[in-house]
Parts: sequence; C-alpha cells; structure tokens
Amino acid sequence: MSAAGPSQRARPPGGERRAAPLGGDHTTAYAIYVGKRLLQFMLVVFIGINLAFVITHSTPIDPVEQTVATATAFGSTSPEAVEMMRQSLRELYGLGGSPWAQYAVFWKRIAVGDFGPSLSAFPTPVSVLINRALPWTIGLLTVSTLLAWILGNLLGGLAGYYRDSKILRIAGIVAMGVHPIPYYIVAFVFLIVFGYLWPVLPITGGSQMNVQWGWNATFILSVLRHSILPIISLVLVGIGGWFMGMRSLVSNIVTEDYVTYAELAGVNRRRILGAYVMRNALVPQVTGLAMSLGSIFNGAIITEQVFGYPGIGTLLISAVHTGDYSLVIGIASVSIIAVSFCVLVIDLLYPLLDPRVKAT
Amino acid sequence: MFTTARDLFRYNREFRAGILLTGFIVAFAALSFVSPYPPQDTFVVPPDVPPSIAHWFGTTSRGQDVFWQLTFAIRNTMLFGFAVAILSRLISIGVGMWSGYKGGFVDRVLMSINDTFIVIPLFPLLVLFYFVMRDKMSWPLLALAMACLGWSYDARLIRSVAMSLKSREFTQQSVFSGMRTSEIVLQEHLPYVLPIVFYTTMNNMNWSIGLEVTLSVLGFTNIDTPTIGVMIYWANQHTAMVAGIWWWIFFPVLFVVILFIGLFLLAISMNEYIDPRSRLARMGGVRG
Amino acid sequence: MSAAAPTSAVATSAVPERVLTVRDLRAYYRTKYFGISREVRAVDGVSLHVDRNEIYGLAGESSCGKTTLIKTIVRAIRPPLDVVGGSVTFHFAGRDRDIHALSERELEGIRWRHLSYILQGSMNVLNPVRRVRQSFVDFAHRHIGKPMPEFLHQVESHLSRVRLEPATLDAYPHELSGGMRQRVTIALATVCRPDFIVADEPTTALDVVVQKDVLGMLREVQQEIRSSMILVTHDIGVHANVTDRLGIMYAGRLVEEGRTVDVIRDPRHPYTSHLVTSLPRIGDVTQKRGLDGAPPNLAAPPTGCRFHPRCPLAMAACRVEHPPMVDVAPGHRVACWVTAPPDKPVALQ
Repeated sequence: MSAAGPSQRARPPGGERRAAPLGGDHTTAYAIYVGKRLLQFMLVVFIGINLAFVITHSTPIDPVEQTVATATAFGSTSPEAVEMMRQSLRELYGLGGSPWAQYAVFWKRIAVGDFGPSLSAFPTPVSVLINRALPWTIGLLTVSTLLAWILGNLLGGLAGYYRDSKILRIAGIVAMGVHPIPYYIVAFVFLIVFGYLWPVLPITGGSQMNVQWGWNATFILSVLRHSILPIISLVLVGIGGWFMGMRSLVSNIVTEDYVTYAELAGVNRRRILGAYVMRNALVPQVTGLAMSLGSIFNGAIITEQVFGYPGIGTLLISAVHTGDYSLVIGIASVSIIAVSFCVLVIDLLYPLLDPRVKAT
Repeated sequence: MFTTARDLFRYNREFRAGILLTGFIVAFAALSFVSPYPPQDTFVVPPDVPPSIAHWFGTTSRGQDVFWQLTFAIRNTMLFGFAVAILSRLISIGVGMWSGYKGGFVDRVLMSINDTFIVIPLFPLLVLFYFVMRDKMSWPLLALAMACLGWSYDARLIRSVAMSLKSREFTQQSVFSGMRTSEIVLQEHLPYVLPIVFYTTMNNMNWSIGLEVTLSVLGFTNIDTPTIGVMIYWANQHTAMVAGIWWWIFFPVLFVVILFIGLFLLAISMNEYIDPRSRLARMGGVRG
Repeated sequence: MSAAAPTSAVATSAVPERVLTVRDLRAYYRTKYFGISREVRAVDGVSLHVDRNEIYGLAGESSCGKTTLIKTIVRAIRPPLDVVGGSVTFHFAGRDRDIHALSERELEGIRWRHLSYILQGSMNVLNPVRRVRQSFVDFAHRHIGKPMPEFLHQVESHLSRVRLEPATLDAYPHELSGGMRQRVTIALATVCRPDFIVADEPTTALDVVVQKDVLGMLREVQQEIRSSMILVTHDIGVHANVTDRLGIMYAGRLVEEGRTVDVIRDPRHPYTSHLVTSLPRIGDVTQKRGLDGAPPNLAAPPTGCRFHPRCPLAMAACRVEHPPMVDVAPGHRVACWVTAPPDKPVALQ
C-alpha cells in the first residue's frame, strides 16, 4: 500500500504494488509446501511406529513366554526343545538382544516390509497375509468414505442453503441421529436385522465361497453383494458428520461478501450454490477429511470384523485370538503408514482447491 | 450459574432433550445401588426367561436378571467414559491453551505432535495394547491409555478459542491493567472457554464409550466387570441371537444408544456459543 | 479528506428525469431469542428521490440505518430484516417498477443490467477460489450476450478505464491490493452501463491517495455512462467532492437533504452542522467538540425527535413528536422543530 507523500506524486495513478506476484513464483511456494507436508508425514510415521514399539516393549508379559506357554500347554515337551523354541521365537519376534538392537530390528523390518512369518498361518509371511487382505479394506474404505463424504456434503450444503426445506431437515435429523452411534453398534444392528430378521443380503465374507476369483461377472457381482451391508453401515454413520459440518459452513458462507455480491448481481441461484458457496465450503471439508481418515479407518476395520469381511480388520482380530504377535504388529504398522500416506496425498492435493494456500 | 442452566433448559431445544435423555440414563444407572443381585454373580435367577412381570427385561443365559445387570453395565460404562473424558481434558486443555496463548514456535511444535495423534489410527494401537497386556489389562489402565491417545482433536478446538481470546481487546486491556495471567484466564476467559470444554467433554465421552463397547464386545477388556460391551460379549458367546434370547442384546443396545444420542445433543447444544453466526439462524425470521 | 471547493454536475436537461422514488420506507429487524422479542427500527419512514445522471450522497454515523436503507432499496433483504411499510420504485427503460413487487425472474433481469452495486472492496468481495475473469462472466455475460472472446475483449477495454491491466483478469482476488479490488468492483458494476448504481463505502478501506484516484475514476465512469448513483459513506469530505445532492441520516430517519453545496455551506439541522464543522479545513484553528451522548438504541428509540437527547437546541416540543421534513429553500429540506418549524423556517447561526 502506498503511503501519502510528495514522492508518490510521480507514480502513475493506480500503480501501487500488488499484494503478491501474479503467476510465476507459484512453483517455489508449492515446493516449500510439499516439503513441509513430507516432513509432517515422516513425523507421523515416526511417532506412530515408536508408539507401537513402546507399547509392545512396555508390557510385563513376554510374548515369547506366552507363545511358549500356549504351545506347550497340551502335553510335555523336552526342555531343550522348549529352549530352541524360545530362541527361534526371539529371533522371529525381533526380541533378541538389547533394547536398542530390538529397536533397530523393528525399524529395519518396517522399512523392508518384512515382518517375518505368521504364527497362526506358519510359514506364510505376515506381509503376504496383509497384502491379501489389504485390497479388500482399501476398496471398502474408499467407496464408503467417498460416498459418505460426497452425499453428506451435498445434502448438508443444500440444507444450509435452502433452510426451509422440510425434506432436508428430516434427512438431517436422521443422519444426525445415527452419527453418534459407534460403528460397531450400527454394524451389529445391521447384522442382526439382515442376518436373522430379513436375510436378503449376505452377512459374512467378501464373496461367495464357491465362486472362483477373477474378473468374471459372477465374482464381481458376488463381491458387490457382499459389500453392500458393510458399505451401508459405514456410510450411515459417517454421513451425519459431514452433513452437520457442511450445513453450518454453508450457513456461514452465505453471509460472506462474495455471496452477497453475486446475489446482488442477480447471478443464477444454482450457480451461486455451486461455484460460490459449495466450492468454498469444500475447502475446509477436505481438511476435515484428512483429519478424520484415522477414525474412519478405525470404523472400517471394526465393521469388517462384524461382517467377517476379509480385510485387515478381521485379520487383526483373529490374529489377537490366535496370539500371532508378528501379524498384530505388522497390521498395526501397516495401518499407521497407510493412513498417514493417504493424509499426505490429500494434503498435497489441497492447494489445487484453495489458491490462497500457494502464496503462503 | 443456575439461571444460565435454567435458560438453557428452557430455550435451547438440544440442551433440553440432551438433559432429559442423559438424565434418564443416569437415574437408571443409579438404580444399581439398590440392586438385589451382586453384579458378578451368575445363575441367581432362572436363565433365558423372556421379559415378564418378575423380570422386566428378561434374564440371560448365565442366569442374571437383564434389568439389574443393565443398571451396573450402564453405570460402569458411563463412569469409564467420564474418567477418560476427565483425564484427557487435562491433556487437551493444557496443550490447547498453552499452544494458543504462546503461539510461535511452541505452537508449531505442539500442533505438529497434535496432528500426528489425529492422523494415527488408534484402534490398531489399542488392540496391540490389549494384545501385550492380556490379563493384566484393567479398567484404569485402559482409561489412561485412551486418555493419552484421544486428546488431540479437542486440543485443536481449544487452541483456536485461546488464540482468538488472546487477540481480543479486553484481554489486552486486562494485561495492561496489571492482571496476572491466572486471573485473566480464570475471570475473563473462562466464560468463553467453558462452552467448548463442555462440547468436547461430551464428544469425548461418546468416543471413549464407543471404543469401550467395541473393545469389550471383542473380549479385549476385563470381561468380569459388567459393562454394555461386556454384556453384548457374553450374549455373543452364548449365541443369544440364534437361541432367540433377543432381550439380552436389545436392551443394552437400546440404552447405550439413548446415552449416545443424549450426550451428542448436549454437545451440539453448545454450538451457538462456539459459532456465533449460527445464533442468527436461531434468532431470525420472525415475521408478522 | 479536507473539503475542497465542491464540484457539482448540474443537470443540464430542463426537466430532471426521475430514476428512483422512495416513499415512507420502513424496514425493521425482528428477532426472538431466549424468550425476548426485539424490533430494531433501522429505517423508520424515509422518503427521497434520485434523478438521472445525479449522484446522491447518504451520510450519517455508523448504525444510523444507511446500510439497511440501501439494502432495502436494492432488495437484498434477509431475515431478520423485513420491509414493514412504504415503497421503492425505479423508473427506467420506460417503466415504473416497485422492486419489492417484482418476481424472481424479473429481478434477475434488471439486476446488473439496470441496477448494480459497488461493494466495499474487502478481501472477500470476490469469489476467493476463482479468478477475476469468472466474476465478470458470472455477473455480466448474460446481459451483454456476445460470444466469449468478444465479451472478454470488451471487459478488458473497460478495465483500462479504471486503469487496470488485462492481466488482472487472470489473477485471484487475494493477489490484488485493496485499491485494485475496489477498482475491479467499479469496473464490474459499470460494465453493463446500468441506469442506477449503489455504492456502499467504496473508498473507506483505502488510504488517502488511493481514495482520491478511485473517487476520480468513479466520477469519470459515472459521467460517461450517465447513470444515477447513491453513494453511502460517513465521510463528509467524500460527499463534498463527489455528490450532487446530500441526505443526512440519523437513527433511521432523514434529518436534512438538499444540494451538497447548500447542505455543507448552510446546514440547518444541528446534527448536520456538527458533522460539517467537524471537517478539518486548512487555516481553521477553532477547537472541535464532540457530541455528547451516544447514538440511540434503535430497539427503544427516544420519543419525538430522535436527536433531542444530544441536541444543544432541544426544546420541550422535541421530546413529544417527530418533526416533519420542511422546505427551507428550493430543493433543501430539514426536519427540526427549532430551525425549521413548519410555518417559519429560520437559518442557523
């Protein structure tokens, strides 16, 4: 902003400095932004994995002893065999040596992606089991999150703009009524309803048992049928949150200057709703999506377990029940990395939505 | 204080509904103190009796009266949720206020850590925690673990309130007139901070109770203490649905859903204090 | 801004063509909250008119109702604001239109083409996630109707009138300075050459040098397209330099109105006189005094003349009944029992 003074007289009128350069400098700003986001990603992974390490190593129980106890519970085994078992288990679990050595082993395994063989499915490596289950979880998560986010934002936006609509108000109450109920209960209720009261949809498994895997119609149809209940369950719980957030965002944005101005200009109401209101409300909702991914992931793996959906949720619970130490750690680590990575991706796409970010 | 509560009850629909629902649950939980059956005893009544005059909510396959079990279950669940909420308030208010007031480097560091906890999926970590603790797992321990993991979302909200208060004129005036920081925080800022603390407490209770139910149903907690999740766990163990003992599942689910909705309504009743523009939506449009 | 010699664009046509007539307009804010009902009488019986090619200024302190008045004039009404009485009639394109009686479609038709608005150029006045070009397309393209490249070309040449480069169209709003944003809103509001423009504090957020430039451009463009304008600002200096006629508002009512020259040289209402004498003039070393008291509470306004609690000339009659607007000179009217009694208007000392 130019200050008043005689030296300013010489400048051409209207030639004040711009607030930020037009074009040009954007690439360096974006590079800095990417750098910051990568650092945050690495911090999240670091703290998360460390937490997992601390949890597993702060326990009074020795997982090796536990496994040995379970293995030797039925019948007697010679002490030498037990000792050999102990040694191999120690190596398997990466629990041999000093705490620092264990720490190093822990990180090395994560970096390489090899957690050793699974105990419950010996000798299948943990990573193979996880890779088998992960696509199911990713599919479920992606579809239900997108559905809940898009539908919730759409309905919430309409509800915030057209405040008098009765239908939208009722839809809002329903969505908000289900939202506080935890994922497990909703999934459980669906299980009961469709399992015992009205068995029209399959309640376990990712696809029908005797159908062959592959890109054929029967299989794909079966997969879709089996995913209906988990998806509906997840969407119902999630939609309320987005609805409420979007509705209040939109009610605030409607009072902003640029919306008032567009209305004063007689711009078509639907265009205002789309390009002015919703488009601006989406920006914080994308941030919200990144922040909620952790809890949505939690909900997804819980819901999987209820419906026996073959994702990593079911795998995790069965791993706990069989005492499969490596598998549990593997799943925990993979979960942390996967979710942080998705958050990173969303963060990197964010400046495309909000041009104001690049300038900072 | 009393007049505030009374006005809230009278004019704030969500608050009124929330108080009624939560109050009902609290009253029901209080009945546990006059229960004729100790909570952990089994086979004190004939098992698998449907709801009747003698047993209002029926009995379980383990020979327990569902009604009286439920009073204990909901009481323990609520106490657990409350304990987690209180413990995590300490961390979230501390982090939020410190970060908001100090700003600068402290703020950036704390928020980086904060965002880490928001992103990390907590359920696998809690499962891992149970896995390594097994029988040593106790309710206080679980509450502590959850409090240490679940403070981050609320800390952000409190921080934004603290930041906006810091830059307000009346704050600067108080500083210049020589008030100590503790005085300022307690006398000037508390009325602004209280609604959001209330909101986050209710939310946190919902979250922790939800996790407790989930973990208990999977058998990952102390299954001898009756809580809602534990009740459903035992019902599943005895395949109650298949056996037709629907009341063993129906009543715990019903009551916990009432609790969730009640707490949720209480939480959103504070919305207009957090977001003043929504007040206009409540006030406006009186024609005639 | 200091008061220079007031310039006025004298209407050259013999019979001024009326463009806007406001008759006894009342608009209140009604709220009901926590059991308490309130009615804020933001505009309480305002009548005025604006002619073609004329700039009408509206002055008054904050919360005197002038923003509500222009919102009501352009029908930008949202609950809890409600029009309670009176009428707002525009006369252009050969027809009289009561703006509150128009349908949505008719309203969309006249908006921007005949009636446009210059908002204060705040950071948020244009859609932050779209380039400036998009605002022009959204606001004006449907009225101008040419194919897009031609339309954009026309916009670019129009931008040069407010001395903005064509590259401005590619920018995002946050990349522009305050002065540039204000000039974009001026260009936006005038590109369709409307009959009537409402300007709401168009220069308030700008520093003095930029303000002078922007006001100059505003006048230039207005004179070129011969549109009428209502200019709202609390800064009397701006009125002195730009407007033809001036209306002073206090507590929801017009207290004085006339040609800007007359109102500033010869203020008849005690409030106007206070506003005018508070302007700094070069060489003037008299002491300035503030008005006692505070602006009235529009939910429970004072009885009678609303200015009486702060007025140095208040008499008993002022407390009882609101004074009517009385002509004290041709085209100059005042509402004051003391200086403009209905039977015998008197000049202020």
